[in-house]
Amino acid sequence: MTLTFEDFPPGHFGTFGPRHVTRDEIIAFAAEFDPQPMHLDEEAASKSMLRGLSGSGWHLGSLMMRMLFDGFLGRTASLGSPGVDELRWLSPLRPGDDLTLDVEVKDARTSRSRPDLGIVTFGMRVRNAAGQVLLEATSPIMVRRRDATSAAG
Amino acid sequence: MNFFEDIAVGQRRELGSFTFTPDNIKTFARQFDPQKFHLDEEAGRNSLFGGLAASGWHVGSVCMKLLVAKGKEEAAAMLAAGETPAVWGPSPGFRELKWLKPVLAGDTIAFESVVESLRTSEKRPEWGIVQARNVGVNQRGEPVYSMLATAFVPRRAAGG
Repeated sequence: MTLTFEDFPPGHFGTFGPRHVTRDEIIAFAAEFDPQPMHLDEEAASKSMLRGLSGSGWHLGSLMMRMLFDGFLGRTASLGSPGVDELRWLSPLRPGDDLTLDVEVKDARTSRSRPDLGIVTFGMRVRNAAGQVLLEATSPIMVRRRDATSAAG
Repeated sequence: MNFFEDIAVGQRRELGSFTFTPDNIKTFARQFDPQKFHLDEEAGRNSLFGGLAASGWHVGSVCMKLLVAKGKEEAAAMLAAGETPAVWGPSPGFRELKWLKPVLAGDTIAFESVVESLRTSEKRPEWGIVQARNVGVNQRGEPVYSMLATAFVPRRAAGG
């Protein structure tokens, strides 16, 4: 069944994953979008502030997006997102990490200008298997309401 | 890449542009954001986007790609001039990321980065903290992407 606005009351929504991340994936993403030595080469990475090969922060953000999709967004009447209020990279993504995503509904409000949709603001946290938090973000997503007709009336 | 002392509020770096194609939009979407409006032309036309639209994470990753390329270009120019380029540290994150308009197949987005604030950190005296607004504008001059990025930049007088 497709999830709609009504399925996202404020509070804990769910925990998703694990998603395993390989060294090859980290290097392939970095080679295309973020070719800095700390994301490409162990030797150079060992001398960086992050002390060892780490994934691009944009790779981690994109993996979070994929975990959202696989977790529930793929079966949600999502209309897209206007942005990300805040995103914090707290610890580096490492080769071999198994990622878990915690999702919380921070706020859910209907739209005055678009009565057929609501805006759900999600709080997201990505952890590794050791429980270390790698990323925290807050982002609103537009979601269709179950009965757009009665909502408009 | 500049040291913290060489950076001023208002400084603007033009990062170059990138054309989003059906192929690169779908390749990214299949891996990271397989929502149907990022994978299929007709689904895109029937969505709020009005066409095959790039994932917002694709747009952000492309901005990163152009930032890294610009940094390498600047570092090479400094080396050629006999100067030592700074090696920037990792970013602790960003705020106020806005996907202002859809980026559709065929759009060419020009990105730029403007310094908004500079501060030093008592906890890490060898690093300065730079906030810059990274913006993307399409071929019609419409802003499509904006975010306030934070980066650690080394200070020249490292450790005093």
